[in-house]
Amino acid sequence: MKAATPSRLEKILSTGELAVTSECGPPRGSDPDVITRKADLIKDHVDAINITDNQTAVTRMCSLAACIRLKLMGLEPILQMVTRDRNRIGLQSDILGAASFDIHNILCLTGDHQSFGDCAAGQNVHDLDSIQLIQTVRHMRDEHQFLGGNEILRPPRMFVGAAANPFADPFEIRVPRLAKKIAAGVEFIQTQCIYNLDKFERWIQLAGEKGLLDSVHILAGVTPLKSAGMARYMKNRVPGMEVPEEVIKRMAGTPKEKQAEEGIKICVESIQRLKQVEGVRGFHVMAIEWEEKVPEIVEKAGLHPRPTVEED
Amino acid sequence: MIIADKKPIEEIIETIAPFEQILILGCNECVTVCEAGGKKEVEILASALRIYFLNQGREITIDEKTIERQCDHEYLEELRGRVDRYQAVVSLACGVGVQFMADKYKTLEVFPGVNTCFLGATETRGVWVELCQACGSCILAQTGGICPVTRCAKRVMNGPCGGSTKGKCEIDKEIDCAWQLILDRMKRLGRLDKYEAVAPIKDWSSDRAGGPRKIIREDVR
Repeated sequence: MKAATPSRLEKILSTGELAVTSECGPPRGSDPDVITRKADLIKDHVDAINITDNQTAVTRMCSLAACIRLKLMGLEPILQMVTRDRNRIGLQSDILGAASFDIHNILCLTGDHQSFGDCAAGQNVHDLDSIQLIQTVRHMRDEHQFLGGNEILRPPRMFVGAAANPFADPFEIRVPRLAKKIAAGVEFIQTQCIYNLDKFERWIQLAGEKGLLDSVHILAGVTPLKSAGMARYMKNRVPGMEVPEEVIKRMAGTPKEKQAEEGIKICVESIQRLKQVEGVRGFHVMAIEWEEKVPEIVEKAGLHPRPTVEED
Repeated sequence: MIIADKKPIEEIIETIAPFEQILILGCNECVTVCEAGGKKEVEILASALRIYFLNQGREITIDEKTIERQCDHEYLEELRGRVDRYQAVVSLACGVGVQFMADKYKTLEVFPGVNTCFLGATETRGVWVELCQACGSCILAQTGGICPVTRCAKRVMNGPCGGSTKGKCEIDKEIDCAWQLILDRMKRLGRLDKYEAVAPIKDWSSDRAGGPRKIIREDVR
């Protein structure tokens, strides 16, 4: 696949090289240093950085502004955009705003329900769903048109991504739903954190059997566990997350002061194994409030140094 | 039908406290079926209010009446000549009935005695569920007769989202994932192959987004 946008991520993926992305959560305040500090920790070890959009429905600095901070640092942001908080006017408008700063990657999401966050009494919008947002960005980019049909002057040039969760139910629909996202125009996928590697491999194999792997770049999502407590929390409290008992046992069987180290080890082992899986084109390393560990994980997984890319 | 739920009595007391002649007005339709605003609930509320004001040492007239339908001019007309003796009416009808009353009797205070909640049905006695949001352009034909606009917490048109776990919604383990229900039914109908068609972006102008809605049917006018 030849790169169709100026996205650095797309260019790397189109050369067949394994891509590495990571993410930064914006602060619960307006201090720009929080973003720049986190980005500084990981910038030499990743190709692009996701900025989350009010994740878990907790109000934070907006994803777009934080992405602009990354652009000002010369880094490559992936704008996460959820359909929970904005209607089609707001979404298209923010896409144009991002495009005006030459933000070339977008991740289209539905978003966690507001009942998880700090504004449980608020409305949700859901004018579009994530699949329809994919369609919208592709329409704006490829047809140079708004949803309303009018022409866009200087349309966005964005590499279009979405999430996929092989661990949500029902399992049998997870590949057809990926097919639906591809039909809507998605070009890359970042998956939910993978702890059940067998299940992930079954999912991607089924996607391969359906002929989907040539139409989309799949970045396998990994998150290092800091402690046995975090493993249990992820298993029991995070919707759509699957942490097998053996992973919890391995963490719990490690002395407390060594658990973080063990978590990194599990993460690196997962990447090593997933590198061999057909259809895995890269990794999305989500070190939640633990960004300083991203370089170590990327290096130990043999994914460093990152390739250089010629700018457009 | 329209499902309503009782308002806390403290809230009703606060609204009617300044008045001395009050009518509690029930409705014999939906709110009777969902046991929020029929004859029985009118009696219970009126008794509770009488006891409360009696204990406060206040002499207040609290009368009861339940009519066939509060969303109908014909039945509301029955009250003309009678409502003049009241300063305020607590309507236990849905929001439609309350507004009809207020519109018809322009100088009368009309207060809601229930919270109007949703369009739904009785699941079992004492349990009512929402099934329709009256979006004005029905897509049930495409979703196996199960409405994602109403029954998916994110009204996802191309679900299920990544939060669906063991057939339940991410927001509450007691709530069915609408898309799990849709898929189960499509499977039973042998229509699962239709799943991969992307549901188009919905026109919400027939929903509340389009402003107050009105249907004009020339053929029956």
